[in-house]
Amino acid sequence: MATVDDLQFEEFGDATTSLVATPDATTIRIEDPDETPKHPPAPPRSSRREEDDELLGNDDSDKTELLAGQKKSSPFWTFEYYQTFFDVDTYQVFDRIKGSLLPIPGKNFVRLYIRSNPDLYGPFWICATLVFAIAISGNLSNFLIHLGEKTYHYVPEFRKVSIAATIIYSYAWLVPLALWGFLMWRNSKVMNIVSYSFLEIVCVYGYSLFIYIPTAILWIIPQKAVRWILVTVALGISGSVLAMTFWPAVREDNRRIALATIVTIVLLHMLLSVGCLAYFFDAPEMDHLPAATVVTPNQTVAAAKSS
Amino acid sequence: MAETVDVPGDSGTGSPRPLFAGLSDISISQDIPVEGEITIPMRSQIREFDSSTLNESVQNTIVRDLKAVGKKFMHVLYPRKSNTLLRDWDLWGPLILCVTLALMLQRGSVDSEKDGGPQFAEVFVIVWFGAITITLNSKLLGGNISFFQSLCVLGYCILPLTVAMLVCRLVLFAEPGPINFTVRLFVVIIMFVWSIVASTAFLADSQPPNRKALAVYPVFLFYFVISWMILTFTPQ
Repeated sequence: MATVDDLQFEEFGDATTSLVATPDATTIRIEDPDETPKHPPAPPRSSRREEDDELLGNDDSDKTELLAGQKKSSPFWTFEYYQTFFDVDTYQVFDRIKGSLLPIPGKNFVRLYIRSNPDLYGPFWICATLVFAIAISGNLSNFLIHLGEKTYHYVPEFRKVSIAATIIYSYAWLVPLALWGFLMWRNSKVMNIVSYSFLEIVCVYGYSLFIYIPTAILWIIPQKAVRWILVTVALGISGSVLAMTFWPAVREDNRRIALATIVTIVLLHMLLSVGCLAYFFDAPEMDHLPAATVVTPNQTVAAAKSS
Repeated sequence: MAETVDVPGDSGTGSPRPLFAGLSDISISQDIPVEGEITIPMRSQIREFDSSTLNESVQNTIVRDLKAVGKKFMHVLYPRKSNTLLRDWDLWGPLILCVTLALMLQRGSVDSEKDGGPQFAEVFVIVWFGAITITLNSKLLGGNISFFQSLCVLGYCILPLTVAMLVCRLVLFAEPGPINFTVRLFVVIIMFVWSIVASTAFLADSQPPNRKALAVYPVFLFYFVISWMILTFTPQ
């Protein structure tokens, strides 16, 4: 029955040619997986990408949520799930740090640098570096301030490391959580175009804390004026990064609520920096005070005796 | 086994042909050996399969482990591109070094007037949790080093800093002053650089090339914190 010729493979050719031959036959066309049937097959790929970028620019929430959901497909108890949060290269981390140091008005940090790839590497290690920078600088500055005193015995105050760690890490995680909850709540009332995921907010806060690392190191200089100038500069830069990031998210809302949100964000940031300065760094004039307190009781005692 | 199959419709031939008839014509030349034995090579070097280490004296075990630890110390002190630290990892060396460092760094008594340096437990926790965090970080970034290998390398590379601690302790017996401090600073800086070079030599190769800096920076921070603790140690 089966001759040798029948065993040769038959070339079926293209679907179009076979359709030409037998117009009534049904054919199945297997397309590329990322071309949907809605898109006409004619336009080249580049224009489709531009279309997507425009959509990303105008309609952040839907597309970014979709893409974010597509990326993190492993269940949360596997190691690969957490690896997706560390999917950054060295130059990307440097770019994000640079973006937090140079806030350009009109450019959104999240849209420009994070682009639905939030990472946890930056926030975690910037906070760790900041903790040690504050503790070490505080220690060093106290040592330099009390350098000449005979009664001062230097101790490396190790307890301050744990306190600094608690403060910085809770700021970097609890404030984004509160802010995210607040934004979600407002989103349910007022339809906002721009909405951020929790990780993106953590990312912005983490990278915005980077400016405080050189600030903490420069706080070693025991001059009050220098320290306050540094606080102002650092707060200005990181506050403006945060404000410019979150302004598009609240701008659709009631004017007063939007302004109150931004003011609260900046206020909390200021509280962190001033609080760290006050707690970890002794005021430079304190070494003059003990001499004054020694003198005045004697004077008051002498005055009381003489009167 | 060749089966005979009735080939229907085969006109002309009446007898069934075996299926693989042509194969019997293939001859195997006699000088290709197709017989032999399958043997498992003796693996007496691997300790887990060799139960005779249970019967050896304790002294043998301890001496063998100490030799392994000492060999790794040498590899840390003269960092070369070798795989010994990675292949045969053990955590004895890091434990010995960490305990020594923590014993030397702890503050003298609990009831000093202000809080002073770290307690034993604090140093221990910093070293081990720091090493675990760095290991997790390098694995999350996509490195292909195992968890315990990385702990082993980081622990062994504390050796130069432990040596620096010993030197600082000896120097502190002398007259305190700026010269004292400069000597200690110099020693700690050199040992810090040595630790970083040693650990980077082992760890950097396991990372993808565009993330090496991201994986090395936490190591730098870790050894910097330990160096700071050593440098600022003041005896009570």
